[in-house]
Amino acid sequence: MKLSHLSIKQAKKGLKEKQFSSVDLLNSCFEEIKKRNTNLNVFLTLSEKEATEQAKKADKLIANRQDLPLLGIPIALKDLFSTKGIRTTAASKVLDDYIPPYDATVVKKLKNAGAVIVGKANCDAWAHGSSGENSDFGPTKNPWNEAYIPGGSSSGSAVSVTAGMALAATGTDTGGSIRLPASFTNTVGIKPTYGRVSRYGIIAMASSLDSIGHFTKTVEDSASLLNVTAGKDELDATTPPVEVLDYAKDLNKGVKGLKIGIPKEYFIEGLDKKIKEEIEKAIKFYEKEGAQIIDISLPNTEYAIATYYIIQPAEVSSNLARYDGIRFGNARETFGDEAKRRIMLGTFTLSVGYYDAYYKKAMRVRTLIKQDFDNAFEKVDAIIAPVSPTMPWKLGEKVNDPLKMYLSDVFAAPINLAGIPGLSVPIGFIDGLPVGMQILGPHFSESLLFRIGQHYEINHNWHERNPYGL
Amino acid sequence: MKINVSHIAKLASLPLKENETKKYESQLSAILDYIEKLKEVKTENIEETSQTTGLENVTRNDVASPSLSQKDAMANAKSQTNGFFKVKAILEQ
Amino acid sequence: MKGIHMGYKTIIGLEVHVELKTDSKMFCSCSADYFGQEPNSHTCPVCLGLPGALPVPNQKAIEWCVKIGLALNCDIPMFSKFDRKNYFYPDLPKGYQISQYDQPFCVNGHITLESGKKIGITRVHMEEDTAKLLHQFENQKSETKNQNYSLIDFNRSGVPLVEIVTEPDFETADEVKEYLQKLQQIVRYLDVSNADMEKGNMRLEPNISLHKITNRQPATGNRLPPYKVEVKNINSFAFVGKAIDYEIKRQAEILEQGETPLQETRGFVEKTSSTVSQRIKEEANDYRYFPEPDIPPVCWTETQILSLKSRMPELPDKKIKRFEKEYSLPKADSLTLTKDRETADYFEEAVSSGKNHNLTAKQVANYLINKKINITEILPAKLIGEIVKSSKTNDVNPEELKEIVRKILKDNPQVTADYKKGKGSVIQFIIGQVMYILRKKIDTEVLRKLILEELK
Repeated sequence: MKLSHLSIKQAKKGLKEKQFSSVDLLNSCFEEIKKRNTNLNVFLTLSEKEATEQAKKADKLIANRQDLPLLGIPIALKDLFSTKGIRTTAASKVLDDYIPPYDATVVKKLKNAGAVIVGKANCDAWAHGSSGENSDFGPTKNPWNEAYIPGGSSSGSAVSVTAGMALAATGTDTGGSIRLPASFTNTVGIKPTYGRVSRYGIIAMASSLDSIGHFTKTVEDSASLLNVTAGKDELDATTPPVEVLDYAKDLNKGVKGLKIGIPKEYFIEGLDKKIKEEIEKAIKFYEKEGAQIIDISLPNTEYAIATYYIIQPAEVSSNLARYDGIRFGNARETFGDEAKRRIMLGTFTLSVGYYDAYYKKAMRVRTLIKQDFDNAFEKVDAIIAPVSPTMPWKLGEKVNDPLKMYLSDVFAAPINLAGIPGLSVPIGFIDGLPVGMQILGPHFSESLLFRIGQHYEINHNWHERNPYGL
Repeated sequence: MKINVSHIAKLASLPLKENETKKYESQLSAILDYIEKLKEVKTENIEETSQTTGLENVTRNDVASPSLSQKDAMANAKSQTNGFFKVKAILEQ
Repeated sequence: MKGIHMGYKTIIGLEVHVELKTDSKMFCSCSADYFGQEPNSHTCPVCLGLPGALPVPNQKAIEWCVKIGLALNCDIPMFSKFDRKNYFYPDLPKGYQISQYDQPFCVNGHITLESGKKIGITRVHMEEDTAKLLHQFENQKSETKNQNYSLIDFNRSGVPLVEIVTEPDFETADEVKEYLQKLQQIVRYLDVSNADMEKGNMRLEPNISLHKITNRQPATGNRLPPYKVEVKNINSFAFVGKAIDYEIKRQAEILEQGETPLQETRGFVEKTSSTVSQRIKEEANDYRYFPEPDIPPVCWTETQILSLKSRMPELPDKKIKRFEKEYSLPKADSLTLTKDRETADYFEEAVSSGKNHNLTAKQVANYLINKKINITEILPAKLIGEIVKSSKTNDVNPEELKEIVRKILKDNPQVTADYKKGKGSVIQFIIGQVMYILRKKIDTEVLRKLILEELK
């Protein structure tokens, strides 16, 4: 197996046993990057020089028998994460030449944990999109079939992991931006509870919805990475002081006795039949393994997208107001189409005479959507649902119909409105393209989600496949 | 729902080209029509959710710590002079 | 008649911004002490509005804002939150100002003027300051036209500001001035701001309109004129009256012609003591407020408010009354001695050490006021020494004085007898005799006490 396709756990073992060095591991990632990046358009900025130094440093520490959770592990960052001294663009031409004078809290934590930063991954500009096509630097292609989108907005991050360019990658999820591309690329994607991971230094999309997570090959890797990134941050007032437990601790406890809810509103007309079949297979598996499957209802699901497309653009319009070209970046006319659309939509719904009918109304429906989940979690421990109603679509298919694009987040966005965690786990392939399911739980139930995901993964091993058979 | 795109663009400080105004008018109208769906939902006496953490009173102590250097603060500015950011005149005099 | 200009009643409301003197800024840990510093040397990702930066509110600033509210007799709602006020201006790095919209920290207060008139305070809320803009006009020799620039210094960006908004209760510039002086005195008593108008720690924006007084429709009703004019750039106490009076005259003239003044923002121009229209885009007033998602709400308990109240210093109004009562001072003296907390504290300390020297509070007050003592130059105990020294009894040894009195009594036995019969006027006789012998003016209070002792 090619080194860059190892899981973090496997790589750490190999490093410790001196089968290979961190520099070897990094070189393996860069081999893949050099081979395929031009075509797939995964990275906007590569930090090869810095990464090599970090890898050398890691090797020294390893030689001295030191250990850190991510020592010597090559990781990619969505280009929304501020990196001191390394260009950070949000995949927008507005920030074409912006070099942050500071690191995001998560970046600091990853560096302190010994991670090696490979580069900055492409995404939909400002994280606006479900396909990756809204990048001002061109779309990222899905390596499982290059005619298709890899899902967005964290498109480059997802592809960097599945294509073996990094062992893990960070992402942000405001309305599905981690879970959707994870599902479309055969990777594991965690969208933690809102506030579980600091947002400080990560370019904001919609502040009350943005959740900071990551992509890995395995559930176990996802848990151990969250061990590093989670926790209260004095620089982010929305991170609760909830203790960070060892997320990998309960991984192998199985699912016996767990109550798993199946929300009927997620299995409606419009859900791809083949996806439905795959999800049902997964549900059957859990039932067979001793979980109790319970039909539940989340009655306000159908209003989630409308609610989301009021709250999210409103916050976007405000968050993107700082880009005036004075202190950094380029002038406002540099914004791409989708950013302009959302800025205007949000500006309109917040404007005099419309606030009550739109924003205020949406904040109330948001309460109802959150209550749906609260009520459900009184009956069940977790929920299983499809991530997306459709399989990845062809590049260009939805670009001229923003509403159609927005509707692809119909199963993903309610989770962000409620602030609960969601884990996307691969459950197979349909016509050669990957598909995942999402496991949802109450606030701060990440351990449980990993446990449920892990049980599926170790019994199916989809994660062992990569697009190149490497 | 029709939307006055040029007014909104001014509010949002977004210079638009003429063809853009037309395009956004129809696209935004379609989205707003979809959003109308929310009118179906009864929301009297429902609280508003603007945050999901349930947190209250998160503050920091009043302690000053070092700032960025002037050089770092200005490093990304396109136009500057003598340690100031520089923009075209704002007040007409 | 004051407040009425050619048949119009003046209606003035006030917005005052007070910059707090916390150590750090409102939402980041940059030093808030920006005055006179190198430009852009007090900034960080937060107050520079860099991508990804997040605000965390300053606990002390919030408490100080509430203290100001309490001092202005406000109610403190148990639930409060921050909101974003969205507008574009180069001095506003984030494109929005973190402020408070519909649920401010303090509501429904008032300040009582000397006349007994109450000025209603609608709200007191917390926000952040903007950057400082400097306008520069360069003459470029090589080109025919002038190229004008504005320079921006973000050191002030994010410094905590408290905004105090009144009801439209003022009728004259004098009322406004008195209110401002009181407000300044209160925030200085609280020790939360230097409140120096010239340094921009205290900024004032009056909105002014005139109401025609007719027989049919008295101006006493709640109806406000259909317009108001906001005046900015009043950078000194000296200009408050000038700006308001100019504006009253200007509006009256427009109304006289049967027209309605334009609702607008005008800037005060020092040179001409007049106001000029500041062109503001029509969109400028749609601030698109919404709850700040980056900052959790602020909630108070009854106990916390009580604790804040207990930590409040004695405020001017109360202190004036206490000084009158406790020290038997006339109001004029009380007012002078309480004009700032330092003087008041100094006075009380001096009175306290004066007691050991048989000095009355009034004696200390007189000396302090009449001699225009600089309290930063002399310690209260030393001042007492000065007072004692300056009162002439000090020139005469008390023992010597006693001997003189005894001698007078011995030489005039009738005096003691008369005194015992109840003739109090003999004391004045003795005082006169003592003065005659000493040929000096001395402190009669001390002498009187001494004489009474001897007569017993």
